[in-house]
This record gives sequence, C-alpha cells and structure tokens, in this order.
Amino acid sequence: MTASTIADALVPPRGSVFAGAAAITARNLRRLARVPTQLALATFQPILLVLLFTYAFGGAVRVPGVARYVDYLLPGVLVLAIGFGASQTAVAVADDLATGMIDRFRSLPTPAAAILAGRAGADAARNLFVTTIMIGVGAAIGFRFHAGPAAAVALVALAAATGLAFSWLNMWLGLAVRDAETAGLAGLFPVIILTFTSSTLVPVATMPGWLQAFARINPVTVIVGALRALALGGPTARPLAEALAWIAGLLLVAIPLAVASFRRATSA
Amino acid sequence: MTEQPAIVVDRLSKRFGAIRALDDASFEQRPGTVLGLLGPNGAGKTTMVRVLATLLRPDGGRARVAGLDVVAQAAAVRRLIGLSGQYVAVDQYLTGRENLLMTGRLYGMSHSDAISRAGELLDRFGLADVADRQVRVYSGGTRRRLDVAASLVARPPVVFLDEPTTGLDPHGRIALWELLAELTAGGTSLLLTTQYLEEAERLADAVVVIDDGQVIASGAPGALRARAGGDRLEVQAAPGNDPRGLAQVLVGLGTGSPAIDARTGRVTLPVSDGTAVLADLAQRLAGSGMRVAELAVRRPSLEDVFLALTGRPRVQPASDADRADPPGDASTFDSVLGRTR
Repeated sequence: MTASTIADALVPPRGSVFAGAAAITARNLRRLARVPTQLALATFQPILLVLLFTYAFGGAVRVPGVARYVDYLLPGVLVLAIGFGASQTAVAVADDLATGMIDRFRSLPTPAAAILAGRAGADAARNLFVTTIMIGVGAAIGFRFHAGPAAAVALVALAAATGLAFSWLNMWLGLAVRDAETAGLAGLFPVIILTFTSSTLVPVATMPGWLQAFARINPVTVIVGALRALALGGPTARPLAEALAWIAGLLLVAIPLAVASFRRATSA
Repeated sequence: MTEQPAIVVDRLSKRFGAIRALDDASFEQRPGTVLGLLGPNGAGKTTMVRVLATLLRPDGGRARVAGLDVVAQAAAVRRLIGLSGQYVAVDQYLTGRENLLMTGRLYGMSHSDAISRAGELLDRFGLADVADRQVRVYSGGTRRRLDVAASLVARPPVVFLDEPTTGLDPHGRIALWELLAELTAGGTSLLLTTQYLEEAERLADAVVVIDDGQVIASGAPGALRARAGGDRLEVQAAPGNDPRGLAQVLVGLGTGSPAIDARTGRVTLPVSDGTAVLADLAQRLAGSGMRVAELAVRRPSLEDVFLALTGRPRVQPASDADRADPPGDASTFDSVLGRTR
C-alpha cells in the first residue's frame, strides 16, 4: 500500500455517514417486506389490535365526554402497536450480533451512530405504515379526528416520535441482552406493563387509588394523553409539551447507551 | 522508500476473565504477502483478528495495520481493511448483489461505484447466476464466497479472513484457494487464519503458529514442516501380525524411532523424504516376512507440528469435533501409496 492510500484513510470521506445510514435503512425495509413474521407483525397485528379492543372492550368501557370507544381507543392502541413492533428491533439487533453482522458493520468505516440511525429510520417508516393502517381500519369502524387536519398530522408525527424513542431503547436492549429470545421479551414486558397501567385502554379514574397514582405519572399515559388531545380536541399545549419532554428524555438516555453498546458489541 | 509493514503486532495481550486469549504475542507481516495464522481451536486466532480489525481493544501491547494504530486510529484503519469473519455475515434476506451494494455504501463508496464493483466481484467469484436471488437459498459454499467477496468490496489493502474454508467441501475449498491466490497476486496483504498446515502451505508466504495466545513459531511454511521432521510413514500390520515386530523392522529407516498407536496398532515413523525410503522399506518387509495391510506417506499435520514445537500433542476440545474435520484428511491430500496383500 502506498503512503497516499494511508493518508487518504485519515480523512473521513464526506457524505458517507448519511449514505451509510441510508444503506442500513434500505436493508431493513427490504427485510420488513421479505421476512414473513416481520411483515405479519407490521400488518395483521395492528389491524387485530384495533378490532379486538374496539369490539371486546368497546361495550364495557364508557368514557365520559367521548361518544364512541374507538375514538378514545385509537390514539392509545397506536402506542401499544408501535411498542409491540419495536420489540422486533431488539430481536433483530440481537440476531445481527449473533450472526456476525454487527462484527462486519463495526469493521467498516460507517460510524456506529449512523448504522443505528439507519435502523431507526427503517423503524420510523414501519411505524408510519402501521399508523396509517390503524387509522384506516379505525376510520372504517367509526373513528374520526375531531380537532382538524393539522392536529391529525401532529398526531401522526407524535406517534412517529414515540416510535423513535422505543426504537433506540430496543436497539440498546438487543445489544445489552444479546440473546434474541430474551431481547424480544425484554422489549415486550415494559410495553405490556406500562400500557395496561396507563390510560391507553381504560380511563385512569376507573383504576384503584394506588394504581391511579402510578398511572398518572406513567409516560405512556402522558404520551397517549397528548395523542388523544390531538384526536379528540381540547387543550393540547401542555399535554404535548409533557409528551415531548418524555420522548426527548428517553432519546437522550437511549441513544448514548445504544451507541456505546454497539461499539463494545462483538459476537461471542 | 521502504514500504510500511502490513501488520505489526507488538506484545499484544487480551484476557477474557481467567483466559489469556492473547499472551504477549508479536509478529510482523510484509506488505503484499499472505500470512497464515495457524493454530488449533481456542488458540487465539479469532481474538487476534478481532483486535486487528478494531473490534476488540487489547489489554496490553500495540498493533498497527497499514502503519495505523488499531486503537488510537481505529476509524482510519477501518477504511483500509476488509474482514470475513469466522461465521458468514451476509444478510440472508438480501440478494447477493444487495449485500455487496450495502457493504460498498458502508465503505463510503458512491452508488455507481458500489454497483459496478458489486457486479465485478459477483462475476469474479462465480456468483453472477445467483446474484439476484436471496442469500437464504444459497449453499454454504456459495455464502462463504459471497462473504469473502464482501470483504473485498472497497479494494482494501489489508484483508483478514478468519478460517475462510471452514464448512466447505474439498471442491469449494480448492476453488476458494484459487480465488485467494489470484487476489493476493494483485498486491493485497492477506492475513488468513487456519487450523490446517496444508492450507497455510498452499497459500501463505509466511506462517505464524499460535497456541494458548502465544506465538510459538514463525517462518516460511516449508521451514515449519521441516521442523516437524519432514514426512510421516504410516504402516498398518495385517491382521495376525504383531505391530511391535513391524516397528522393529522400521528401526533405523527414518529420522526418529517408530511409534505404535496403542488403539489402532498403526506404526508411525518420521522420515526426511517419504518416497525415498520406500524401496528400502519394501526390501526390509520382504526380508522379515511381515504382512502389511496399509501403507501411506503423508505430510505432517498441525498435530505433528505441535508435537514437534511443544513436545506435547494438542488435544482438540470435544465440542469442536465437528469443526476438526480436516482438509488434510488422508483421502484428500495424503499420497496413499497402495496396499499390499
């Protein structure tokens, strides 16, 4: 090798970080379309969640001031579906670690953060797709936006931002837990626990007092509250600010943890 | 101007808990050469490759690849290396072409460069027919070829191949050897790990033998073989003939004394030149009236090298039995000279 080759290597080529991230996004979107379980989880599962909860719970739950349960449910069940989907990210990252993909990625010049951001980009595309399907199915069975088109767009954007936080948390989980099956459970448990102890499916006021205290500070309640305000109408400034604060906080913790874990990760 | 060594390993150490994966290991590789890092399972070969490929930080010592420090200048090192790890790391749900394209983009190549380079490698590695099929339908050998191709996408001056022929059938192994020989003719420095002396001899300009994380020998492959005491003559007595009697017949024929394998009754004798002793052997056998079931001259294996270098046989861990299936298997590489009735 010549001295100039080595000198060139010391100067990072421009634009490669973005191109590298885009290559990873393209890879994961292809997998999403080609791996049967991933495709099913991104299509049937969200549809089932909307239909099952609407028809199973819809008769039992009466929410003051909301005419149809599906109007109450949909903003919440969006978070549930995105959370379930995000656990697939933990599984996939652990799998990449086990199969040596991450060794290969780490031996290449694209920085760790760009590789992970590429996956987060694919997750974001999946979440937009899932959100669109769920709103479509919801609309078919009576869901309506009551606060206008701008709020509807803001709802989709907030759902995507929530998905981003879940995505980075699950990348970190997958790299930290390492085993794919364990990583999947580690991704699902917090979603199940936090969703069912929040306002996602039922109003907090129907819960026992001790649980209400937790449910009110539960980040899922906060985020679902903001989504609901955007769908149903009413004051949005404060719920939105609280939800964004949670999302920013989670990202601030999850991104450095995921990047640090990636840099250390090597298949055993 | 003298060229930089491709690799300089200077007293590298790496521990995993109580295990010393690398223990004060040092060696150098001249640019444009093939270095065979030879050792049994668990010797530290993969750890060495991972340190050099910037995946693991060493606990002690230093290593330079293309003149750059693998810790302090890791990002720059990654622009100059290609890695094909011990296990095939290509995405099963992407096509061969898509895998190479992605790798090119991750090296910072432009889209059009990555496309033309992917096409070039697919042709060269005999993958053009399956280029647009998903990797999950590929055979093991085809996947391995794609994995090696992926390590070459950016034409890196230094390439690491960690046991590249593992899991290949003899045909696939020889095809890959030919590809690698072609590649290194272009001036790429290649570090190749292997468990097989035969593979190192076939490809490497120089060999470094490691065991328990320590470099125990280095030099040209032929010199290493000479240190192992040249060829091995193996004679199996026919049923009803005492192996000890047979061993007696062989005394003085080789460079050492004959050894009898207690389990098989096979008598092994180190000889400087296997074929040269055959006439003498035939005469002795005829004179003794001993009957022989099988007779073979084989080149020394890694086992023999270890025996010669360390004075103790190297035992393969039982869990690695499936991977210990050697390409130097008698049926493939030994000159089996025939049987007498």
